[in-house]
Amino acid sequence: MAPVGPRSGDAIFSSIDRVNAELFTLTYGAIVRQLLTDLEDVDEVNKQLDQMGYNIGIRLIDEFLAKSGVSRCVDFKETAEMIAKVGFKMFLGVTASVSSWDADGTCCSIILEDNPLVDFVELPDTCQGLYYCNILSGVIRGALEMVSMKTEVT
Amino acid sequence: MQFFGGSEISPSPPVPTASGNNAHMMYVFNRNGVCLLYKEWNRPLHTLNPQQDHKLMFGLLFSLKSLTAKMDPTNADKGNLGVPQLPGQGCSFHSFRTNTYKLSFMETPSGIKIILVTHPKTGDLRESLKYIYGLYVEYVVKNPIYSPGSPIKSELFNTALDQYVRSIS
Repeated sequence: MAPVGPRSGDAIFSSIDRVNAELFTLTYGAIVRQLLTDLEDVDEVNKQLDQMGYNIGIRLIDEFLAKSGVSRCVDFKETAEMIAKVGFKMFLGVTASVSSWDADGTCCSIILEDNPLVDFVELPDTCQGLYYCNILSGVIRGALEMVSMKTEVT
Repeated sequence: MQFFGGSEISPSPPVPTASGNNAHMMYVFNRNGVCLLYKEWNRPLHTLNPQQDHKLMFGLLFSLKSLTAKMDPTNADKGNLGVPQLPGQGCSFHSFRTNTYKLSFMETPSGIKIILVTHPKTGDLRESLKYIYGLYVEYVVKNPIYSPGSPIKSELFNTALDQYVRSIS
């Protein structure tokens, strides 16, 4: 049997179990609210979200590799594209775009046009400085660490 | 907005062609050399204690990977012998066969290595190993109680694995 090539994010997204988007958004909102109540310090909450994301990321990478069948990326640019196009599409159902590459090609920004985590969310003045989506930073950091790529994600 | 969709664990497994138990042993290692799983269906001869056996197997794979990559005639870029390669980089071997058994190997970019030892007439098991990796993801990785890097103790995983391995030829 010929080996199956890497599948596109769309194909995988439509073939796996999905959950109601509102439920997902509300659950995430509840987590952040609870963390704020428990910890009260915005920086602590950011750190916790990052840590939670990290724990998710180290497991998510295996699922990503198993479902998408991609092989090792040649360089960081390809890695960033892979995360933005295949990864986000597969798990969140949205496509992100990569931009703001620096001169070395070591730093970039991934922009999410339409982030399901922040639907209906408005940050009050008391929470300035809160990185609401910091869990995503942790996920990316954790996942890349498992493929031997040490990164800093903010 | 989507509701719970149909369930399909991963790309469907290759169609089983023969029945009966053909596999001898199976190992699963992680990137640090920890043996996450060792399953034995048919192994009459035990020469080493389990720890030594796992170390030997891991060492063998490490050396074979290194050797096959350095001997690659198509790759222009050759690193120094002995420098560890990242999983997935360069060429990677997928099986070797002796007159009494065939060893099939798969390594993921995240460092998970799956080894299956079967009888020598077995065909190409790469798709099967991919499916087993999918099973690993479903039953082990997604289990919140499992801590990555520790030996796998999941009954569900063991049962699903047994069932699948019995069905491949």
